[in-house]
Amino acid sequence: MSKNDNNQPNDPDTTGHSWDGIEEFNNPLPKWWLWTFYACIVWGIGYTIAYPAWPLIEKATPGFLNYSTRGEVADEIAAVETANEGLNMQLASADLTVLPENTELHNYAVQGGRALFAANCSQCHGSGAAGGVGYPNLLDDDWLWGGDVDTIAYTITHGIRNEQSPDSHWSEMPAFGEILEPEEIETVVSYVQSISGQEHDAALAAAGEEIFLDQCSACHLDSGMGEPSLGAPNLTDAIWLYGGDAATLTETITYSRFGVMPAWSEEYRPGTGLSEAEVNALAAYVHQLGGGQ
Amino acid sequence: MSSEEAPSLYAAREPVFPRKVKGPFRQMKWIIMAVTLGIYYITPWLRWDRGPALPDQAVLIDLANRRFYFFMIEIWPHEFYFVAGLLIMAGLGLFLFTSALGRVWCGYACPQTVWTDLFIAVERWIEGDRNARVRLWKAKWDLKKVRLRAMKYASWIVIGLATGGAWIFYFADAPTLLRDLVTLQAHPVAYTTMAILTGTTILFGGIAREQVCIYMCPWPRIQAAMMDEDTITIGYREWRGEPRGKKHDGTTGDCIDCMACVNVCPVGIDIRDGQQMECITCGLCIDACDDIMAKIGKPRGLVDYFALKDEVLEREGQPPKPVWKHILRPRTMLYTTLWSAVGIAMVVALFVRPEIEMRVSPERNPTFVTMSDGSIRNTYDIRLRNKHGDPRPFRLSLTSDAPLRIQLEGQDELTVMVGPQETFAQRVYVTAKPGTEAAQTDRTDLRFWVEDLDSTDRAYTDTVFNGKER
Repeated sequence: MSKNDNNQPNDPDTTGHSWDGIEEFNNPLPKWWLWTFYACIVWGIGYTIAYPAWPLIEKATPGFLNYSTRGEVADEIAAVETANEGLNMQLASADLTVLPENTELHNYAVQGGRALFAANCSQCHGSGAAGGVGYPNLLDDDWLWGGDVDTIAYTITHGIRNEQSPDSHWSEMPAFGEILEPEEIETVVSYVQSISGQEHDAALAAAGEEIFLDQCSACHLDSGMGEPSLGAPNLTDAIWLYGGDAATLTETITYSRFGVMPAWSEEYRPGTGLSEAEVNALAAYVHQLGGGQ
Repeated sequence: MSSEEAPSLYAAREPVFPRKVKGPFRQMKWIIMAVTLGIYYITPWLRWDRGPALPDQAVLIDLANRRFYFFMIEIWPHEFYFVAGLLIMAGLGLFLFTSALGRVWCGYACPQTVWTDLFIAVERWIEGDRNARVRLWKAKWDLKKVRLRAMKYASWIVIGLATGGAWIFYFADAPTLLRDLVTLQAHPVAYTTMAILTGTTILFGGIAREQVCIYMCPWPRIQAAMMDEDTITIGYREWRGEPRGKKHDGTTGDCIDCMACVNVCPVGIDIRDGQQMECITCGLCIDACDDIMAKIGKPRGLVDYFALKDEVLEREGQPPKPVWKHILRPRTMLYTTLWSAVGIAMVVALFVRPEIEMRVSPERNPTFVTMSDGSIRNTYDIRLRNKHGDPRPFRLSLTSDAPLRIQLEGQDELTVMVGPQETFAQRVYVTAKPGTEAAQTDRTDLRFWVEDLDSTDRAYTDTVFNGKER
């Protein structure tokens, strides 16, 4: 080890390396730093053994603790479901007409129903349940198949005009284009507009009344007020599923309409359907949206 | 590398061993210590009846239920601006006192000063006065030193525990918590908090002491901007004291260089060096010097409270300005005005704030619903808040230029019962008859009213009704 003349008495030792007379001081890392570094390596090895770490072809090594964030979420969901088991059992067998009196259960049903509605129903009925053309508005007081809470639950369970449930609501309006002449249809349109309080041609409407009583009143009744057990809409009110103007009415009468809704009960759609408690929660939610009867 | 050693940037703390002193300022500090510590330790144990549904602790920060109780005042989280207002008042008050009287807060009322004073008193009681403590500090570790140190730390731990314990009592029902603490049933958070606060109390009050004031606290730096030459603060009458000396031949000033003022100083400075950042103006040097002046038959006040302006006048043999002229200045009056304004605003806000609260959120999805008879209905989600300790009947109604009808979801009446301390959500429907102006215009103003039928308090919220534009 040669000492250069430039070196001072207090300088540390050199490493012995010398390049063109330039030497390197030997300033080792502090011991505490070094030992922390070694401890980190040991800890790191232990960590990769205990936790998922090394990437393999299919997936990473699972680690001896079998920890996974997905597993944690699954556990949490299972815990919530276990905690709600009692409420769900109560809800499945609840009498929906008196459910609002049980504030706690009703709140649970409405909150759960809100989430179920967003996931399952909002695609057609809209996130605010206001519906759209061909998809009924669930906020108003007009119901095709009845708006009391038990009927709503029935409709959700079995759906409308589907082949999943043998008990689904079913009715079919004929395409009157095959039965009536276009001129006759024009008179019926005028008559329907007259009973719903819209502007109309009085002469045509008078001519249409007879045809209406002959052809339509079987389902829509003589008064035109409709019949919920047949899913026949009330033609005298301000609410139209497809539209109340002459062009839309002409199309509806000529070609008929055939709206469908799936059966939601898991009884008819094993694996993807809703449990009894979920159906009841949805019914309670829809019923309290403002239109429930 | 240079052979000359660079000066070290680290200076070890010079230990401070304040000597015992007697006098009016020391007396005042004892009284203030007793009062402030008394308030701190006793407050959580005061009771205040608020009815069965609410806690009966006079001062309680109820984090779990998000309430702050202060005697008859109850603050909800959204009223946190009251706390902000109190902090502003504390800040302005500090400015006011500093510009008038210097660091009186630091010297007498700051918790750091009070607890340090307490810890030093305990230390002196166990280990003896200044000289005994210096000897003990230098002594080798023998049985006596171990015994005294153990006694001192044991006493400090008791004080620290009481301090940390008192703090957690502000956050839970004190008697219940004390029972749980003693029977080891309290929540681990309570024990952890107590342990941390015990540790910090001993660390700050017992061990770090003046270092907290000098190195950790921002106030000594801020005070330089707050004080001026009219501020009444502690100083040394240099014109009277210098030159220092013990000769009695008339060639020396009044200062006999006895070091009494230095030995009693809790921050370890020499006040005769002039104004210093470290000085917390505790007044103990005044007591010490007055005692000596009395013994050597000289007038008191060699070290004293005075304004720097007066120092100049006195040096020239002129009388000092009267005290009130130092205190009543535009600056202090401005601080007082601002301080009072914030205070009055807060008191007014406290008394005019409504006892019931209503939040109205109109349903936007959809904005309106057409009913079968052609009428237009809007939906509003209304949240009613009952701040009382008992259930109250709240009646909802609306006023508007348009003939609108109000209806509540799930019931025929317009009155709802809201439980004590509850926020109650109610869906409300407002309907306009077919063909009316409101049904056919985009926006119609309307005002919801809520009335507490028990107290006849009323509150309102303005919103709009959306019609079906034609």
